[in-house]
Amino acid sequence: ERIILCCVLFSLRKNVEDFTGPRERSDLGFVTFDITADLQSIFDWNVKQLFLYLSAEYSTKNNALNQVVLWDKIMLRGDNPRLSLKDMKSKYFFFDDGNGLKGNRNITLTLSWNVVPNAGILPLVTGSGHVSVPFPDTYETTKSY
Amino acid sequence: MDLFGDLRRMNKRQLYYQVLNFAMIVSSALMIWKGLIVITGSESPIVVVLSGSMEPAFHRGDLLFLTNFHDDPIRAGEIVVFKVEGRDIPIVHRVIKVHEKGNGNIKFLTKGDNNEVDDRGLYKEGQNWLEKKDVVGRARGFLPYVGMVTIIMNDYPKFKDI
Repeated sequence: ERIILCCVLFSLRKNVEDFTGPRERSDLGFVTFDITADLQSIFDWNVKQLFLYLSAEYSTKNNALNQVVLWDKIMLRGDNPRLSLKDMKSKYFFFDDGNGLKGNRNITLTLSWNVVPNAGILPLVTGSGHVSVPFPDTYETTKSY
Repeated sequence: MDLFGDLRRMNKRQLYYQVLNFAMIVSSALMIWKGLIVITGSESPIVVVLSGSMEPAFHRGDLLFLTNFHDDPIRAGEIVVFKVEGRDIPIVHRVIKVHEKGNGNIKFLTKGDNNEVDDRGLYKEGQNWLEKKDVVGRARGFLPYVGMVTIIMNDYPKFKDI
């Protein structure tokens, strides 16, 4: 399979109350990305669907390891296995657990997928290759997105 | 009716043999089940999918095989089966957020593939994250339809009497 992941610079970051749950003020990041992929070779007779997801992995002062799924897609057997997505915005809010995004130089984005068979083992595969993205040192005050 | 006729015709030894045979079968089944619990590390190594929140991957009635090894870290993208504190029903959803501290303390968030929102509405009042102790196991393998029997027995209690 061939995967090309590029990230457009981006990301504003705001320090807001995490309205998705915890009420503490946390960093909220915004990422825009492109994905080009050809997953034809993964589909064999026993693959019912692929659950694709783009996740951001990084370290902060608060937590040694953080993983946030930014975007996901279900690709059924028979769907077009080629993806050519441009300027995608994340599907889910990229809230940190704390203020660890500000000035964080190393956020690694990887595309992974869960192979769902017709019957059998459920493997989780991480695509080789990843993109590292730095967040800016300051918060954005303008509301865009 | 026929059954009792047969029983009366058997002599004590034959009856004893039948009872032992039956006990062997039941013990073997129990040993296999308990053995599975030990090998997989999960209190419930085989679960039936009860809702459609993970469609189209899993449907109601599908069977899932779980493991719950202590050293297996919880990572985004994994399908976990968990129980909300105070409730008995296991839920099968995917991990979408993980925050792990240096000392191994981990908190994570889940969401059903087929749901619009994450599971915070399902957790206990005021609970925002799940922890390792809430996990029954991680889905490692699956068989479609096989668990339908359990669902049918649940929905139509009359079937249990057959």
